[in-house]
Amino acid sequence: MTGTDSSSAPDAAVAWTTVVVPVGALGAGVRADLLEQAMAAGADAIALDAGSTDSGPAYLATGKSKYSRDSLKADLTVLMAARDRWKVPLLIGSCGTSGCDAALDSTRDIVLEIAAERGLKPRIALLYSEVDPELLKARNTAGRVHPLAPFGPLENGTIDLCEHIVALMGPEPYIAALEAGADIVLGGRTTDTAVLAAVPLMRGAGAGPAWHAGKIAECGGQCTVNPIDGGVVIRVGPDSFEVAPISDANRCTPFTVSEHMLYENSDPHTLYEPGGVLRVESARYEALDDRRVLVTGGRFEAAPYTMKLEGAANGPFQTLMIVGIAAPEVMTSVDVFLERMQKALDDRTRSVLGLSPDDYTISLRPYGWNAVTGAPVDKGFTPRELGLMFVATAATQELATRIAKTANPYFFHFPLTMGMELPSYAFPFSPAEIERGRSYAFLLNHVIEVADGHELVRTTTIDLSSDRGGRPS
Amino acid sequence: MTRLKEACSHLRSKNAGPFWITVDLFFDGPASFAAWKDRPGLSTEALAAVFGVDPSRTKRIEAPDLSVIKFSYPRANPQGGVGERDMHSGQQYVLLLDHEI
Repeated sequence: MTGTDSSSAPDAAVAWTTVVVPVGALGAGVRADLLEQAMAAGADAIALDAGSTDSGPAYLATGKSKYSRDSLKADLTVLMAARDRWKVPLLIGSCGTSGCDAALDSTRDIVLEIAAERGLKPRIALLYSEVDPELLKARNTAGRVHPLAPFGPLENGTIDLCEHIVALMGPEPYIAALEAGADIVLGGRTTDTAVLAAVPLMRGAGAGPAWHAGKIAECGGQCTVNPIDGGVVIRVGPDSFEVAPISDANRCTPFTVSEHMLYENSDPHTLYEPGGVLRVESARYEALDDRRVLVTGGRFEAAPYTMKLEGAANGPFQTLMIVGIAAPEVMTSVDVFLERMQKALDDRTRSVLGLSPDDYTISLRPYGWNAVTGAPVDKGFTPRELGLMFVATAATQELATRIAKTANPYFFHFPLTMGMELPSYAFPFSPAEIERGRSYAFLLNHVIEVADGHELVRTTTIDLSSDRGGRPS
Repeated sequence: MTRLKEACSHLRSKNAGPFWITVDLFFDGPASFAAWKDRPGLSTEALAAVFGVDPSRTKRIEAPDLSVIKFSYPRANPQGGVGERDMHSGQQYVLLLDHEI
């Protein structure tokens, strides 16, 4: 038995479960020394998350990871070594950023490569939660798919536009995989919370504290005073949990812990999860000492099981150009300049290429002016320099680039007033145009009713410990 | 005339999923929170106007234990689309700094 300091548990009959969350996201950099320190102090599991929608739709639409394979392999090497040394389960949710099947498979391949290189023989469970579009259309037609604000009802045609659709798993498939003997569970798309709550729930911790601890620790050190100083440890009991940073130099305070409920969440008191709702409006956060916080009062209310859906589609292509402008006459008349340039670029594109406004867009992004917010700029403000980005968007890369190359002389030389000597703005690159590739779009913001947390999940196991040589079963 | 950056100890913004932006207004303790939270400039309508959104589609939630007002509003366009200006919405709080409350 590890990580169960029964002397301080209010009810020694109920297991306290210690989960090490070594980093907020796989690939961001697990520190081997801190992980070893946390494991030596006693732990029942290592759990972390590897994905998010937060970096945009490209990762789900393409199935590619946001982080490099090198950084994923570096972290997985540390994690798998610790798992092997301490013989506790390793759970990783939302593998490969999006958690679609291809992304999970790419993470699986790294894990198998490390196992082969290091002579490790874990039993690996793979939990797939990509959703078959035909199944989803049938469920949608049957009225079992519901929109989340601000969306309306789902059209089946929207499902067909998506390159990949995933359903966010709860803890049940992780628990089932562990009960079947898995050492490492690699999950497709999963709520951050569920991956961390799975082992405490499996071992009989209270549902309220298990889910609440999962939310607090979802981003590793984000709930600490110094978020970049390593991960955290949660210790979950029947009706409370403790959270502490791994690093001795770091601290959790009632404020840093409770404040994390605000993070990337539109409602700090209510969190909708697969199979229920976490309510924390009555939660209490108390300092146990100068670096540990005890949390009580979070409640998990079971609800009919739903899984949130995420879907991303291919969009049109883009070609960019960037110039720097420092000419004083432009700096004192930026709005007028941009308005005139936009018109000149559109006129040129339509006359030379014969395009209509529906065929393309040219977007000018004046960095140093209002590119980030789009809000009007205070009268009298004069920048010293402007970074002006040109974005042509069209159905093909070839057309977007033709638009950029046709617009090039106007973008490069456009004078504030006609009749003045033509200026030459500062291109940083040759050629000037940059083919950016496709854009992508998130299309789904819906939930699907399911019988339970397993219905849409497919589990595969690879048992490297068996004589079968690790063939999938 | 008080600007929000003078009343708040900290302001930040971030995506709350691909379709929402959430802004946290931190006040410097319970007394400051109590003194400012009911100002007209901190009403749902006034905050919605700063971001140009329909107030009925927003959420304004007070977290007294944290001395925080949380204001969440739907994105004009889903995250990462063709016209994206701020992928993580981490810079949108700046629109509130000079907002008069």
